[in-house]
Amino acid sequence: MKILAVCGSGLGSSFMLEMNVQQVLAELGITGIEVSHSDLSSATPDDADLFIAAKDIADGMHHLGEVIVIDSIIDMDGIKAKLQEVLQQKGIIS
Amino acid sequence: MVERFLKLVIDILSTPAVLVALISLVGLIILKKPLSEIIKGTTKTFLGFLVISAGANIIVGSLDPFGQMFQHAFNVNGVVPNNEAIVAMALTEYGSTTAFIMFFGMLANILIARFTRLKFIFLTGHHTLYMACMLAVILAVSGLKGVPLIIVGSLALGLIMAAFPAICQPFMRKITGNDNVGFGHFSSLGYALSGVVGKVVGKGSRSTEDIKFPKGLGFLRDSSVTISLTMVVLYVIIALFAGPAYVEGELSGGTHYIVFSIIQGVTFAAGVFVILTGVRLVLAEIVPAFKGISTKLVPNSKPALDCPVVFPYAPNAVLIGFFCSFLGGIVGMVALGLAGAVIILPGVVPHFFTGATAGVFGNATGGVRGATIGAFANGLLITFLPVFLMPVLGDLGFASTTFSDADFAASGIVLGQVAKMFGAAGVTVTVVGLVVLAVVFGLFKRNKKTNDSNQIGA
Repeated sequence: MKILAVCGSGLGSSFMLEMNVQQVLAELGITGIEVSHSDLSSATPDDADLFIAAKDIADGMHHLGEVIVIDSIIDMDGIKAKLQEVLQQKGIIS
Repeated sequence: MVERFLKLVIDILSTPAVLVALISLVGLIILKKPLSEIIKGTTKTFLGFLVISAGANIIVGSLDPFGQMFQHAFNVNGVVPNNEAIVAMALTEYGSTTAFIMFFGMLANILIARFTRLKFIFLTGHHTLYMACMLAVILAVSGLKGVPLIIVGSLALGLIMAAFPAICQPFMRKITGNDNVGFGHFSSLGYALSGVVGKVVGKGSRSTEDIKFPKGLGFLRDSSVTISLTMVVLYVIIALFAGPAYVEGELSGGTHYIVFSIIQGVTFAAGVFVILTGVRLVLAEIVPAFKGISTKLVPNSKPALDCPVVFPYAPNAVLIGFFCSFLGGIVGMVALGLAGAVIILPGVVPHFFTGATAGVFGNATGGVRGATIGAFANGLLITFLPVFLMPVLGDLGFASTTFSDADFAASGIVLGQVAKMFGAAGVTVTVVGLVVLAVVFGLFKRNKKTNDSNQIGA
């Protein structure tokens, strides 16, 4: 399983988001999920099983497949809640 | 034998790609990463640096005919500010110095955050790289060499990384509603300006987020599309002024001048795209390590983050800010043309990121009026500042591109002027003095609860 964090330039925000997602996964005790980051232009549906981005670029991401939209890339609780919900649906955590 | 070994060491230290790979190798070993991670990380960094130089060649190839057309059409120099382009060019000569300054500058940032009241850890890695590069150029031009150059450069970088976010913090508190996150993007002066302008003009103006915007403009958030379109427009306009005879005879080898211009415009965007990929590869190992170390060493530090961190707070202000800043850039360009100075063309990357951010800052203090006028002021600022920066960049001042954001220009102009008046010794004293000042300032008992060194109407 792979998660891809996306932002407009693929430099700062998505990188921060990637690190935060990794931290959340570690807190939840989940292993075996690869997390990376990319810019909006380069991201393709095959890049990952799950995409995550802040709400300001979410409109440009419909072509990618399953996207988690978060309000703020630095709100750890928000990221955690959203991730937990999706991973539970997928049966990765109970 | 000894000679061969010396040659090996010198070649390693003077090849930036090898040097940066070595730095990340050492870092990964210190972090006790597994062997597979060490190999992967080191290779990625090495590859990334080589990708950056490849991208530089693409950009130079695209900007060269542009500069010549501009020269032919108007008889003055036209410059398109773009950090990626100027840095990639500078790295060919100043690569090793830049790598050392970046590495030790990050350490200096951690130390300064630890021992002064500037508690910001600057995490926008690509800007750290660009600032390291600019300092390497400015200080080398001022006459510093070798170890002193690296020490002064690193101290300056560390101080800049901790100090500029402090300027933005009063506004960040207003935007995000808390004091947990700093803002790390080297155009802080433009954002603070926009925030102050918003405060002055924005009485009773409603928020930008109350406006209904057409959804169709969302594609502008995709920077490679925006860069392509803007560069094509700029290129075609200049080509029309230069005329088909000149372009087809001198530059395009007979290809139709409009077709040639379109291809060159998109080629520029391709170069930026390639360089960004390289930068991403280089930073992949360095930034998380930096974050990990700083979290351990500096309790109550704040991460200073890149522009898009504030975009979700006011998505409409982002687009409004971009347009108004670009408009400011066009007005500034015309003014420069009338004054007979070097002409700074509006670069789409800087106007998008700094304009959008200035829009968010202006909106926070002064609603729609603050966002429009504040971003316009930012556009003027980043058009005029590079004019004064170029003379202090030595040979790089004559390139057809330059550093695009306000803080690069401001830091460069200050250090460059000090160098002009007092030489290398003067620059050294200034930088060391400022760091000492910051530390001494941090020793005084705090009588305020905030960590800000400067209270701009917070």
